[in-house]
Amino acid sequence: MWAFIHKLGSPKWFYAISARLQPWCWGAAVALILVGSVWGLAFAPADYQQGNSFRIIYVHVPAAFLAQSIFVTMAVAGMIFMVWRIKLADMAAAMMAPLGAGMTFVALFSGAVWGMPTWGTWWMWDARLTSMLILFFLYIGVIALRGAFASRDSASRAASVLAMVGVINIPIIKYSVEWWYTLHQPATFSITSRPAMPTEMWLPLLLMVLGFYCFFIAVTLMRTRSEILRRESSKRWVRELAAEEGT
Amino acid sequence: MRAKRKQKLFVTLGLVALAAIAVGLTLYALRSNINLFFSPVQIVEGEAPMERQIRAGGMVKEGSVARNPDSLDVGFTVTDYVEDLEVRYSGILPDLFREGQGVVVVGELQPGGWLRADQVLAKHDENYMPPEVAQALEEAGYSPEDYQAKAAEVGKRLEARAASAGQ
Repeated sequence: MWAFIHKLGSPKWFYAISARLQPWCWGAAVALILVGSVWGLAFAPADYQQGNSFRIIYVHVPAAFLAQSIFVTMAVAGMIFMVWRIKLADMAAAMMAPLGAGMTFVALFSGAVWGMPTWGTWWMWDARLTSMLILFFLYIGVIALRGAFASRDSASRAASVLAMVGVINIPIIKYSVEWWYTLHQPATFSITSRPAMPTEMWLPLLLMVLGFYCFFIAVTLMRTRSEILRRESSKRWVRELAAEEGT
Repeated sequence: MRAKRKQKLFVTLGLVALAAIAVGLTLYALRSNINLFFSPVQIVEGEAPMERQIRAGGMVKEGSVARNPDSLDVGFTVTDYVEDLEVRYSGILPDLFREGQGVVVVGELQPGGWLRADQVLAKHDENYMPPEVAQALEEAGYSPEDYQAKAAEVGKRLEARAASAGQ
């Protein structure tokens, strides 16, 4: 068990195994998102109240899921880096932050576009929307902190601490619609209970969510691989690899 | 080295736990300010300030919407199935506005106990369904929004309030 984890923490081993995993993740992501979006946007039935504007859910919910999951993953990676000093965890955390910020923006933007026709306003300072905006600022803070230090090690530590402390925001986002009165409705999609929509609406959403997760894994693998080469460029195995590629 | 890592782990977890407690206490202290709107029960109890802009939320009472045919004036009642609040508004209502729908109204409480709204926002619930299903449900005698479950939820909340007030 420990041997496996130590192996996983070695950039060289990760570089080799991710090369094999990556195409599968890309393939699954493209297939799931393609099928999910065509099904959701063209074939799923419209909502009885909202009509076709309901279809924004097929982008909004997966983006919001990913925005929160990426932050939790980043915090866990930060903790692994702080406690066990595994550099690979820090590289992965650094590489997933921009995607997380992007997903948070997509969730906020699609929510605003959806809010205008249904609620009658594109923004309201309710607990769910505000905590999501705070998540966006936390992402910006993590990215900015990494750029603010001359030494990479202090930058990584600061970003890890911010990610670990910022993860407190995640349960607040999740439960905001239950703890307080909000304009945002409670969750449609949960692991523990029956979804509040019929199967023909719910299945494409599930495909989109899975597709977005595969996309996240694929992007993180790809970016972490190039970050490994960049940070380890003076190591012997990277030089040997470069010599091989060059010939 | 192992002991040092363990110590690091506890320090990190302790730090996060402390931060979580701090945030939790702050949110607990601010809880009434984080609620987006007052419910009719809170307004009747006098918790909402007069002649200042507030938000009130609830369901539009069945059969309460009265439109003036010559203007955009509309009057309706917002209810949480316990207390009612009369609302008067002049303007364009959102598409989802209808009787039995959740709304949030922004406006000022007037001395007569009614609210003059400057803005009406429609809330919708998490139950999405195709039009045919909604129709079938209605024909079978169920209402798509499932009022009873909502009324029970409000009732439970009131009970919890009464219990905490009695302590």
